[in-house]
Amino acid sequence: MKGGRDQVNLEQVQTESTTTLLRELVTHLRQHRTQLREEWAQRITEAKLLTAMTKEEIFAEATSVYDNYVEALETGTFEALQAYARNLSERIIPRGVQTDEVVGIVLLLRDVLARSLFGRYHADFDKLNRILDAYEPAANRIAITVAVGFVQERERTIREQQEAIRELSTPVLQVRERLLILPIIGVIDPQRARQLTEQLLRGIRTNRARVVVIDITGVAAMDSNVANHLVLTVEASRLLGATVIVTGLSPEIAQTLVNIGVDLTKMNTVGDLQGGIEEAERLLGYKVGPVEKVVPSE
Amino acid sequence: MKEETRVPIQSDHDIVTARQRGRTLAQQLGFSNSNLTVIATAISELARNILLYAKKGELTLGIIENNGRQGLSVVARDQGPGIPDINRAMDVGYSTSGSLGLGLPGVRRLMDDFEIVSRVGKGTTVTTAKWKP
Amino acid sequence: MAVPILKQGPYLIASVQSALTDAELLELRNALVLMVGKYRSRGVIVDVTAMDVMDSFASRTLRDIAHMIRLRGAETVIVGIQPEVAFTMVQLGLTLEGVATALDLEEGLTFLDRGVKKLGGHVGASG
Repeated sequence: MKGGRDQVNLEQVQTESTTTLLRELVTHLRQHRTQLREEWAQRITEAKLLTAMTKEEIFAEATSVYDNYVEALETGTFEALQAYARNLSERIIPRGVQTDEVVGIVLLLRDVLARSLFGRYHADFDKLNRILDAYEPAANRIAITVAVGFVQERERTIREQQEAIRELSTPVLQVRERLLILPIIGVIDPQRARQLTEQLLRGIRTNRARVVVIDITGVAAMDSNVANHLVLTVEASRLLGATVIVTGLSPEIAQTLVNIGVDLTKMNTVGDLQGGIEEAERLLGYKVGPVEKVVPSE
Repeated sequence: MKEETRVPIQSDHDIVTARQRGRTLAQQLGFSNSNLTVIATAISELARNILLYAKKGELTLGIIENNGRQGLSVVARDQGPGIPDINRAMDVGYSTSGSLGLGLPGVRRLMDDFEIVSRVGKGTTVTTAKWKP
Repeated sequence: MAVPILKQGPYLIASVQSALTDAELLELRNALVLMVGKYRSRGVIVDVTAMDVMDSFASRTLRDIAHMIRLRGAETVIVGIQPEVAFTMVQLGLTLEGVATALDLEEGLTFLDRGVKKLGGHVGASG
């Protein structure tokens, strides 16, 4: 079939010409590397992007991005660029570089290069069109790759910070030998609840605790899921051999616990933290006078 | 599904094999220590369930992906008698540690996804998954 | 025997080495219930430090061990449950109700020593 074969040939011609055009493009960008790079760095400064970085730093990064950019155009593979974008993001995120700045500089580079192409091919409008047809999809993909890389890196950083804050927000304190106190303050969501439990159970093992006082005076209310979780934590602690005393239950939490039908024989509760510590010391076999203030051991 | 491991369940040795395979696979996926235990325990319950009620069957472990998130799927399949009343089977009391009944309600609590299809006289398929946070 | 049982003075100590099959768990139960009478032991420690999974069957078997040992006139303490294992167990509703637990072997021995004294039993030095 003659017609069919022609169509195949036409497609091949087109793919070939895109490759040829991109090769020509890459040669052009390599030849004018110094000038285009400088122009780009200049435009970045003018647009007041990457203000957290020095001129030299901007130029150094611009060089790397430029080379990776040209390489992505040449090879059609984006892994190296992606890896570089991740690495760059990792370095500049702690310095407060924002998403719009990163998107901005990549679009600027696209712009600078497109203008240079206009300059080179303006005499041959037809060829300019074909060059741009070949350039645009690749340039767009590069812009997206860099922007997405940055955003993903940022999200990862935020997740790590959230994790760190959670770790800090509830210390497991050793008050005496074999006695831990876990003062919980603020809102407990399911994720924080899970983390609290893991920290406490690990703490029981490392400190060889026999008694734990969980003080929830600083927690105004909890939903039934979190209340259930608290009960599970008490039971899990017992499986490790530690007795848990819960202190400072608000009227709301007491209601929630009764509503979910908590088995009170499993919950050892004392009104306030001071009473809880006295009870804990009794359990540990210390002679107990009234506690005046909590003095950390060592 | 990228990768699948099938473990036939016919004896109590197979329960141990299944949960060790599951733990290894979950470890490769980078699950946290506590989730490794959760997954291995769920596999143990699913495998034991097959042994108890259908005498034999099969567990399939696989790596799954959804929106860039990775997870581990555990599917328990048997051609046993089936469960006449699934709702009741899933209703074994939360805190009644005394009557253990079917391990299925426990598995549902441990895993993120849980689906059960059972036809009386034909068999039961329990499809579960745990996703990486 | 998959689980070695050690006689230590008035106590029996069983150290569960690794993943046990159901049959091996039942074997352990039967052996302990038998030996506690044979050696006139006052207490039994089951060390599960090495167990990375405690499912419903294992949990029920441990509870049965503790109850049977009590009927035979001795105390049982389960030691070494790992934090992750403990939390998974309670999520399944497996709380080993009425069974004594302790952090590790040392704590288990302390527990039994106290318990045995409290019960007024006369115990010679171990070994």
